[in-house]
Amino acid sequence: MISGVRIRLFPAPAPGTARTPLVLITTSLVGLAAFVVTLGLGEVTVTPVDVVRALIGQTGADGAFVVTELRLPRALVACCVGAGLAAAGVVLQGLTRNALAAPELLGVSAGAYAAAIFVIVLLPDLPISVLPACAFAGALAASAVVYGLSWRRGTSGSRLLLVGIAVTTVGYAVVLGVVSTIDELIHASQLVTFMAGSVYGRGWPELGAVAPWLAVLLPLVALSTRDLDALALGDPVARGLGVRVEAARLRLLVLAAALAGCAVAVAGPVGFVGLMSPHIARRLVGGAHGPLLATSVLLGATIMLIADALARLAFAPVDVPVGVVTAIVGAPYLLWLLVRGRTNPE
Amino acid sequence: MSSSPSTPIEITRAAERALPGPFVLMLGAAALAVVAGAGLMLGASTVSAPQVVSALTAFDGSPEHVTVADVRLPRVVVGAVVGASLGVAGALMQAITRNPLAEPSLLGVSWGAALAAVGGQVVAGIGTTAALVPLAIGGAAIAGLVIVVLAATGRAGLTPERLIVAGAAVSGLLAALVQGLLVLDSESLEVARRWLAGSLTGASWDALAAAAPYLVAGTVLSACLIRPLSTLALGDDVARGLGVRTGLTKGAAAVAVVALAGGSVALAGPIILVGLAVPHAARALVGRDLAPLLMTCAVLGAVLVILSDIVARIAVAPEELPVGVMTALVGAPVLLHVARRGVMSG
Repeated sequence: MISGVRIRLFPAPAPGTARTPLVLITTSLVGLAAFVVTLGLGEVTVTPVDVVRALIGQTGADGAFVVTELRLPRALVACCVGAGLAAAGVVLQGLTRNALAAPELLGVSAGAYAAAIFVIVLLPDLPISVLPACAFAGALAASAVVYGLSWRRGTSGSRLLLVGIAVTTVGYAVVLGVVSTIDELIHASQLVTFMAGSVYGRGWPELGAVAPWLAVLLPLVALSTRDLDALALGDPVARGLGVRVEAARLRLLVLAAALAGCAVAVAGPVGFVGLMSPHIARRLVGGAHGPLLATSVLLGATIMLIADALARLAFAPVDVPVGVVTAIVGAPYLLWLLVRGRTNPE
Repeated sequence: MSSSPSTPIEITRAAERALPGPFVLMLGAAALAVVAGAGLMLGASTVSAPQVVSALTAFDGSPEHVTVADVRLPRVVVGAVVGASLGVAGALMQAITRNPLAEPSLLGVSWGAALAAVGGQVVAGIGTTAALVPLAIGGAAIAGLVIVVLAATGRAGLTPERLIVAGAAVSGLLAALVQGLLVLDSESLEVARRWLAGSLTGASWDALAAAAPYLVAGTVLSACLIRPLSTLALGDDVARGLGVRTGLTKGAAAVAVVALAGGSVALAGPIILVGLAVPHAARALVGRDLAPLLMTCAVLGAVLVILSDIVARIAVAPEELPVGVMTALVGAPVLLHVARRGVMSG
């Protein structure tokens, strides 16, 4: 038997729930500060004070239009995308008990993205509000394929990972093929940007498309954290605690697909946010899924905000896709996880 | 149940029902002749067999003859060369890593070539194929080296899962960087499209001439390595006892893989999963004896790529799909099968 890539889910001794409120407050404050500061940065620099004045509706503040009409919706979309991917990561890592389970590695993002691309290419007139549903369908199909194909008298984390990476590779190859056959260069270049993951030019319509999904899904995930806690103890214990294990897995998988799907629909398959946020959160608040979910969602949103600000500013006036920034940070992190040998030979 | 990296993995149990090598090779050669003929005849316009023959023997400059001799012939020849190289590279890679999933595109080697080539175009303004070929090969070599070193570092050693996860992480990073470069310089997208999805559209004699030295060197090197690699299949310790210098052999085989895979990526972009599907099929046909295996891989790889290219040309005529999409679809079932089994059979 080959030792699987299984990274211990609960590395540090759980720091205890006493720290949770403190961590949550600190993370929220950091996120809020990042929000205000990044809204002020760009071609027109607005001071944080003026940003706040513009946000609370004081007209006449310097740069109010830039802040509220141009940057605010994009920043909110980035937050939603980060939150959705981070929540999907928490759910996937919990239900597979594998710390490398993330939407971009299990084929969930690839499925959502492929479906979104096909809809955009084949039905260009479809309103943006329908796109999350299509991406959800794609994500669901891909997760079903991955889950079904790795099923052999139960699922194993490493098999899920291998099949997920396989599905992701094939999915991207097919999408790239479609993109490269498109004649209009501008269209193709937009799709390439979308492929890396970008919130460039996203505004209120995109926010309107993604926010309602999150408003429904995040509470549903929060209600499922008890199932995740039970699953973390192993299937037999979970069963003993009265959890119908496979039904719970299926429900959680659908939730993760929906979360990743709505995020990917507006921003493309931004990588590594769904992997990193739960990991950082786990270090901060331990493995109990309630605090973990809340912290991860806050962290995911903050990471996306900062990454997008970097992507906007690094090569201004050219907007680099935000996915490039998250990959530059996230890929070395994943490799570090691998090299550190925090893998658990089965 | 940890396994030391030197435990041979049962790649296939098909040896006992293997067919004789010469028989398979003759069948393969016949199939190659048929698909090559079909590749010259079929396409946006069909050219009859007698006209194909006269185009090759008595070129008279008519449109049909130009189509056959100047467009389709280089395409078929490059397809055959690329397919054969990828088939052999895949078989060698699987032999040295003892990993049934080792494949240039899965391990991010193709993205290394793509990044080097796109970087050369965008940053240094290199436009000629002859200059891009060594660049692409260098990129492939660096990416491959980084992945193998990273996957081998750490306590668990070089397991298939670690290799694949390291490949996925590096691919994610490289792909994001390629997309970032393309956004910074959108003009190069037109040129770069074929680096993103494997395609034989730009096949030309010039490109083939530029890549030929590397491909020939890789082929010769693999032929020289058949004997020590066959011994190596018995396990590192046994091979060492029999006087094989294991490190040198593996290093030389890695050089051959890089020359073959890098050269073919430089010619046609990442034509994915050929290096996985072909050795797998060849092993089922002729068993694991390396000499007939490599030859069968070369022939089957050529057949697969030419065939896929024909389908890619006529499936959505007059538009054209990149051949990489077709090979992805052909290779996907094989990939999923191996991924599913890879963890079980080790």
